[in-house]
Amino acid sequence: MITLIKRPTPSRFWSFTTPVLAVIATMIAGGVLFSILGKDPVQAIKVIFWDPLLGPNAAYFRGQLLVKAGPLILIAAGLAVGFRAGIWNIGAEGQYIMGALAGASVALAAYPAESHWLFPAMVVAGALGGWIWGMIPAVLKVLFGTSEILVSLMLVYVAQNFLAWAAFGPLKNPEGYGFPGSRNLQQYPSAHNPELFAGTGMHWGVVAALIAVIATYVLMQRHIAGFRIRVAGEAPRAARFAGVLPANLVMFCLGLSGALAGLAGMFEVSGPSGQITDSFNAGYGFTAIIVAFLGRLNAIGILLAGLLMALTYIGGDMAQLMLGLPTAAIQVFQGMLLFFLLGFDLLTHYRLRLGKGSK
Amino acid sequence: MDRRSFLKTTAATATLAAVGLPVRAADPLKIGFIYVGPVGDMGWSYQHDVARRAMEAKLGGKVVTSFIENVPEGPDAERALTQLALEGNQMIFATSFGFMEAAVNIAAKFPNVKFEHATGYKRADNLATYDARFYEGRAVQGTIAGRMTKTNKIGYIGSFPIPEVIQGINAAYIHAKKVNPDVEIKVVWAYTWFDPAKEADAAAALIAEGCDFILQHTDSTAPQAKAQEAGNVFTFGQASDMEAFKPSPRVASTIDNWAPYYIKRAQALVDGTWASESTWGGIGTGMVKIGEITDAVPAEVKAEAEELIAKIGDGSYHPFTGPLKKQDGSEWLAEGKTPEDGELAGLNFFVEGIAAEMPK
Repeated sequence: MITLIKRPTPSRFWSFTTPVLAVIATMIAGGVLFSILGKDPVQAIKVIFWDPLLGPNAAYFRGQLLVKAGPLILIAAGLAVGFRAGIWNIGAEGQYIMGALAGASVALAAYPAESHWLFPAMVVAGALGGWIWGMIPAVLKVLFGTSEILVSLMLVYVAQNFLAWAAFGPLKNPEGYGFPGSRNLQQYPSAHNPELFAGTGMHWGVVAALIAVIATYVLMQRHIAGFRIRVAGEAPRAARFAGVLPANLVMFCLGLSGALAGLAGMFEVSGPSGQITDSFNAGYGFTAIIVAFLGRLNAIGILLAGLLMALTYIGGDMAQLMLGLPTAAIQVFQGMLLFFLLGFDLLTHYRLRLGKGSK
Repeated sequence: MDRRSFLKTTAATATLAAVGLPVRAADPLKIGFIYVGPVGDMGWSYQHDVARRAMEAKLGGKVVTSFIENVPEGPDAERALTQLALEGNQMIFATSFGFMEAAVNIAAKFPNVKFEHATGYKRADNLATYDARFYEGRAVQGTIAGRMTKTNKIGYIGSFPIPEVIQGINAAYIHAKKVNPDVEIKVVWAYTWFDPAKEADAAAALIAEGCDFILQHTDSTAPQAKAQEAGNVFTFGQASDMEAFKPSPRVASTIDNWAPYYIKRAQALVDGTWASESTWGGIGTGMVKIGEITDAVPAEVKAEAEELIAKIGDGSYHPFTGPLKKQDGSEWLAEGKTPEDGELAGLNFFVEGIAAEMPK
């Protein structure tokens, strides 16, 4: 018999140890899965976790790691602030799309004029686009008490329809022979978000992600506002007695996470992606939720979790190519990571006692 | 080894191989593929994979292939293409329209690797394009549907309002109308290439509107299943034969037959004669194949369809032959005229008589 005994306070030791344990358990369970599929499990794990970092051609893949991790970290950093306060923004994917649309619209409206002001204007527009999309569930929650979980999620589908409309309609490349998709911003110097150092994968979006990590770290650990956010999440009644206004908190958290997701979308469309197409969003907004939790809603944790998640994507593609693993297996593998993390989380909040529980 | 010197080495190896001086004669050439869907979609990506395997079997020992499936269009496609190039693949097939920008960017970075992009319009010295005249198959489908429909309503599940799809809708309508003046065509846009749930919804909506033929420009078999469920509704296999739904609802099919092209291009690579070009194959070159017309089709209709296939195949008939007017009533093609390929490739309007509106 195993009995669970709730800890009076969450264990610090386990809250740091469980992510590591989850990764190890994922490797083991993933290895079993891969061997059932007839692949060498050790080889598969090596290809996924080792080769992109230190294998042949790693110089290229390390850069790609940043390209992939940048938007995940930028979005997750914003989401984590809200999650700490118990405000659940599930719609970052929609905010990401709207930020990209807003940023690209500014660029395409100015095309082909060259100006140093264009890129900063796009950054502002991108943040604003995401912010507006995040404020819709915030305002509805404050005024009518609607669930921000449902509203923000539903707005993802609205945003996707906006995206398709824009790609086939107003933002369509007039020189594209009737094919959907906007002009490629990579070929528009003033609007392009290039690699800052060739071959490193580092672009302004990655820089923004690093700034977001530092800023949210300072906010949550060193600033009174961060303290209020944490109290609101952990003890809502106490927070109200301490003068935290729930309405302000909701607007701040959803607005912040929306703006950061919007920025991520804008940096993506002006950089690695280059183009607004109907399939522009690649699920970063949803994956960032996993990243936020994998990183324990902690800024530094999110930085590491984002890189780890990016690694499983890039390594997963390599495993497909080199070992013929099906993508479905890779997706199961990524899902296991969150599953084990949430499972092991039990250890943070409960103590296990082996043997008969006392009656 | 840093990236630059690695690229140089790879490039050098590729050059040697490409000019017909393989480093070691016995080394097979590596050819890579990226697919937008899973190889098990039984439609678009599946057909490319069938052709990949046919190529490998045919050129046994001279080439080895590998693929990455489920590649999202956008930056992930660039990474997948780069990965294939870095792995030493000397020819890479990017098998979806949405890979176009990625293929252009990566082809510029690896000038000694040959790239082949399906259904796009941007080329470079080491980037060729290929596409199939799917509208030829639609002409056959339109003829069969026009003859057989009882409700005079043909449903069409459109994926995206792009020229390739618009060509198909026009060709189906023109040929249905030719054999049945009362026919109308109803179009539902699914905005996806592969999404069984959405495709099933679209098929159900068309059936509810009274359509007894469902043509699909999407890749799953969900519309076939819906038609089977409804009964007395007929369909055509799309991209692959979809033979599981024979003899009815699936009464014929348009098969994307990439194998002859892939074999030809791989052979050219082996021989060192590969050159960047644009290929638009049809029934004549075997890139478009019409699957078995089942016994659910009356014999005289089947004979008519087969005659049409033969005439398109030998080039004596073009599915877009004037007189044809645009949807707004203005003239498109005069009596006996056929369009240039360039015009067809950018087709963005419906022909006269189609009531559906082009999404704006």
